[in-house]
Amino acid sequence: MDYVVLGAGPAGVIAAETLRRMDRGGRVTLVGDEPEAPYSRMAIPYLLAETVEEEGTHLRHGAGHYDARQIELRQDRAAGIDVADARVRLEGGESLAYDKLLIATGSRPTRPPIPGMDLPGIESCWTLEDARRIIAGTREGARVVLMGAGFIGCIVLEALARRKVELTVVEMAPRMLARMMDDVGGDMIERWCEARGVAVKTGTRVEAIERNDDVLTLKLGEAGELEADLVVCATGVQPNLELLEGSGVETEFGILVDARLATNVENIHAAGDVAQGPDFSTGARAVHAIQPTASEHGRIAALNMAGRETAYRGSLSMNVLNTLGLISSSFGLWEGAEGGERAVAADREGFKYLRLEFRDDVLVGALALGLTQHVGVIRGLVQTGVRLGAWKDRLLRDPHQVMHAYLERARSRP
Amino acid sequence: MLKSLLIDPEKCTSCLQCEMACSFEHEGAFNPAKSRIKVFEFEHGRRAIPYTCTQCAEAWCLHACPVEALSRNTETGAVELDEAICVGCKVCTIACPFGTINYNADSGKVAKCDLCGGDPQCAEACPTGAITYVDANWTGLERMKQWAVKTDSQAPNQSPGA
Amino acid sequence: MSWQRKVLRVDLSDGSHKVEPLNMDWANAYLGERGLASKYLMEMMDPKTDPMAPENVLIFATGPLTGTMASTSGRYAVVTKGPLTNAIACSNSGGKFGAELKYAGYDLLILEGRSPQPVYLHIVDDRVEILPADELWGTTVWHTEEHLKAKHQNPLLKVASIGKAGESGVYYACIVNDLHRAAGRSGVGAVMGSKNLKAIAVHGTVGVRVEDPKAFMAAAKHCNDLLAESDGRKELTELGTNAMMDSMQEFGSLPTRNFREVQFEGVEKVNASAMSAPDASGHVNLITNKACFGCTIACGRIAHINEKHFTIVNRPEYRHASGGLEYETAFAFGPACGIDDIDALTFAGYMMNEHGMDPISFGVTLAAAMELYDIGALTKEQTDGIALEFGNAEALTVMAEKTGKGEGFGKELGLGSKRLCEKYGHPELFMGVKGQEFPGYDTRGLQGMGLGYATSNRGACHLKHDTFAEDMEDQSGTGKAKPCKDTQDSTAALDSTGICLFTAGSWGPEELAMMVNAACEGEWDKARMLETGERVWNLERQFNLAAGLTKADDTLPKRLLEEPAPSGTAKGKVTELDKMLPEYYALRGWTEEGVPTNETLARLGL
Repeated sequence: MDYVVLGAGPAGVIAAETLRRMDRGGRVTLVGDEPEAPYSRMAIPYLLAETVEEEGTHLRHGAGHYDARQIELRQDRAAGIDVADARVRLEGGESLAYDKLLIATGSRPTRPPIPGMDLPGIESCWTLEDARRIIAGTREGARVVLMGAGFIGCIVLEALARRKVELTVVEMAPRMLARMMDDVGGDMIERWCEARGVAVKTGTRVEAIERNDDVLTLKLGEAGELEADLVVCATGVQPNLELLEGSGVETEFGILVDARLATNVENIHAAGDVAQGPDFSTGARAVHAIQPTASEHGRIAALNMAGRETAYRGSLSMNVLNTLGLISSSFGLWEGAEGGERAVAADREGFKYLRLEFRDDVLVGALALGLTQHVGVIRGLVQTGVRLGAWKDRLLRDPHQVMHAYLERARSRP
Repeated sequence: MLKSLLIDPEKCTSCLQCEMACSFEHEGAFNPAKSRIKVFEFEHGRRAIPYTCTQCAEAWCLHACPVEALSRNTETGAVELDEAICVGCKVCTIACPFGTINYNADSGKVAKCDLCGGDPQCAEACPTGAITYVDANWTGLERMKQWAVKTDSQAPNQSPGA
Repeated sequence: MSWQRKVLRVDLSDGSHKVEPLNMDWANAYLGERGLASKYLMEMMDPKTDPMAPENVLIFATGPLTGTMASTSGRYAVVTKGPLTNAIACSNSGGKFGAELKYAGYDLLILEGRSPQPVYLHIVDDRVEILPADELWGTTVWHTEEHLKAKHQNPLLKVASIGKAGESGVYYACIVNDLHRAAGRSGVGAVMGSKNLKAIAVHGTVGVRVEDPKAFMAAAKHCNDLLAESDGRKELTELGTNAMMDSMQEFGSLPTRNFREVQFEGVEKVNASAMSAPDASGHVNLITNKACFGCTIACGRIAHINEKHFTIVNRPEYRHASGGLEYETAFAFGPACGIDDIDALTFAGYMMNEHGMDPISFGVTLAAAMELYDIGALTKEQTDGIALEFGNAEALTVMAEKTGKGEGFGKELGLGSKRLCEKYGHPELFMGVKGQEFPGYDTRGLQGMGLGYATSNRGACHLKHDTFAEDMEDQSGTGKAKPCKDTQDSTAALDSTGICLFTAGSWGPEELAMMVNAACEGEWDKARMLETGERVWNLERQFNLAAGLTKADDTLPKRLLEEPAPSGTAKGKVTELDKMLPEYYALRGWTEEGVPTNETLARLGL
């Protein structure tokens, strides 16, 4: 059996390892297009913050990890899929035959259609190579503008701030983390950042960027201008779908996959950021470009590819973020379920916030700021759909009883 | 024979010797705030439940870790953290549906129960036998673990959970 | 190490606070908790100060063993000048608050002045905030704790607070932490109320380190094992402190109906067995036992009241479990008032915890009021239409609540027994010393207890010495002064470590020294522990003398000195204080007037 895995991020690596475990005799080829050992984008901010070396970003550490598992690692990039012949064409010119193919090609950063976005000194922060350039371009005290204060922007923000640069964040949306935080939480994070010396300009659009000598000037319309030595763009990502052209694989926002992570085309599966799979909370299909989803996708796709039928009930949208020491997290339907109820505890001055969303007496989503202990039980409660009974009313009074509710409802009533 | 922590809340008096012992073992100080085992009290002390990682077979934390900082100790069965590798991304803390791996802002890393390498100090310190370290096939433990299985989507041919 | 070497000083008058280094000379001389706080108090205030004045100082103190794995290490002491006694007050408490305060990094929390507005203190490690408590003022201890945890979104906060009793100056108001543990005696809660301080909420993540971890763990294990094996410990675990009731009944030292009698006919309805026996409808009062921080004894009882009982039949909010009867509460509400209704006792106990009052003082004050009522010095018109008859369970529960809330005759009961009896013309009916009501031991059978009561620096108290063995063996005043003095000193040392007195059956000064020596810098042995205890005792005495107390305050009520015990093993006996006291003064190195001689002071470095 020939297994080909395209993409050497977490989904691809976990899939390759799982395939090897499930099928001792099969041939497993893992194709990655970067000239690096497979690494984790999650760890790049810590490289920027200089809390780890490059090796610290690697997904696997043991020397010969892939060789030992007879996983063939190829540096190349898939150009297209020839479904009729069951082959993947590589940009390097070769082609790979597959019995089972996993597309885990991930996503890549996008840049807004603004004049000057391609100037030197404007970087994305996505690959190890990007990180090296940012490290080279940020001496202490450098003026850095971060475009985009979404989840990835905020991760990068933390890292840049640790590089002791003079940092300004420009975000189009009216608040930071518009897709993972509500107004209350977004406002707290913004004030938190500003109190720590990061200038935050929300509701602000960059209209153009110019470069004179080594200085970049960002035109902000009514908000004036900003000068920068370096601009880091974190305005969004998009799935890498180009290789699917002509393959007949159905896509929408990402590659549409079912509960077995299978696409509409036989023997082709997809996983991770590139896949649009079942969403646990809504039952619809969604792209959840997050680490836990990548790892679950990779594993379940591989089980199915190796013939072990395994259904996935869906990924739970969730995030955890450290913004200059303020920890935030979001789970599931944090914006609320129709007809549901909400428990809120907000201490704007103390930078603590917990919002729980219920459908009937089941927890379906949550936002948390300043909560680091036992935060995982929120996932536990959401995913198991445990009925909270009388505990829901207690949570409406004090949402921080969530651990108690969990212990009483989930643990003692299997 | 693998051994596991067996917790009997009925016997717990909420004295927190376990939390002190745990923090002393891992931090060198008596510091319940840094304990990997926590006792939760209910209704003015009517009940108390000591709670820590069950070293579940699914190891959500381990699978979610982007840098392989978590691994299974085959001798003890514990999922252990390599602090030198952990970057502090906290993904495991939201991935673990039991809430038993937590971020420690002081170290910038996460922390979880590692069974003290096979000699769990909480069980050693517990004066009432509410926490014991027993053979893993103990029936009570199996009962405790049922819930863990229930949440698992990753086990083959099981649908609930994600 | 083991000391955090930090003092948090809060001036409530101007809302400022500062952290200063612990005075290590004083720590080395007075150890911690009771002793060290007394030293700070002595240095900081004029002992003549009105206890309710802003100039009174209120100190929360942990000890060097607080927060360590030495069993029962959750203790903290509140030291101030007590309004009930006008003497130095030292009330210690268990629960989890004390250890938390130490984990936040402080040996002592010193509160000075008076806030112009109700406030509470929020402490998370080195973050200290004085915050408005307007919305908490007038509310209960239970509400306050729940509210603060929710408000600060921190279930790990440990809270010590006062109820309405403390706000309104009930003379025996206490400070309650962790819902039902209390720094109970001498009115320390009223001092907190006088400062407009509603609560202290603390969370600590700094932890506690010991000087020699290996030696300390070995010492703690040795001592904890000793404790585990002791019969006294086993009885406390199984039965709680109320196991004492049967012994006192048998011996004839169970104060009954305001000490008129020494045995109670209803004892079997309120003793430890009664707590775990089903009532007529099958309800069992006792649910389980629970421990304070670090405690391997777990004498604390968790109980609940029969839902059909008159106290809560229409009050579902009290159907939950909470702290159950301890011996002192059971004696003070039961035998002392002639009441044998265990659910009524439990409910009154809830009232004490919820509103923040000392059950001993309240119960013994109510007992005095019942005697006043019995002899006609109080009438039903004066007592809100309630018959304050001995044995009236409803009178107990209604008055407990009224006193807590400051309503009607409850205000009079809030004066304490001494002031109440004086006000209604019968000062001789006050059962206590230095204004503080007696705990549950009649001294006509327990002579050494009588000497301990009379000489205790905080007024009548059973926790500052231990002569039970000698008292049980011989019912005369002979040979009691020395064990009384020696155990006062060893207890003062123990009270200065952060450890609970209930270890004393297993741990002497030697065991304590072993742990302190490993935990702290310097050399600590048995002799140094005892000397420290003696130093503490004499310092407290000096405070009291400077406050204006004299030999005349080292006495007992006429009833115990002149009225023979009516029954029991001591039938016909009175307390032989006149024999014991001079001997005691001499042993202490005090003059005949009870004043430490210069030699004594010099010997102790005072």
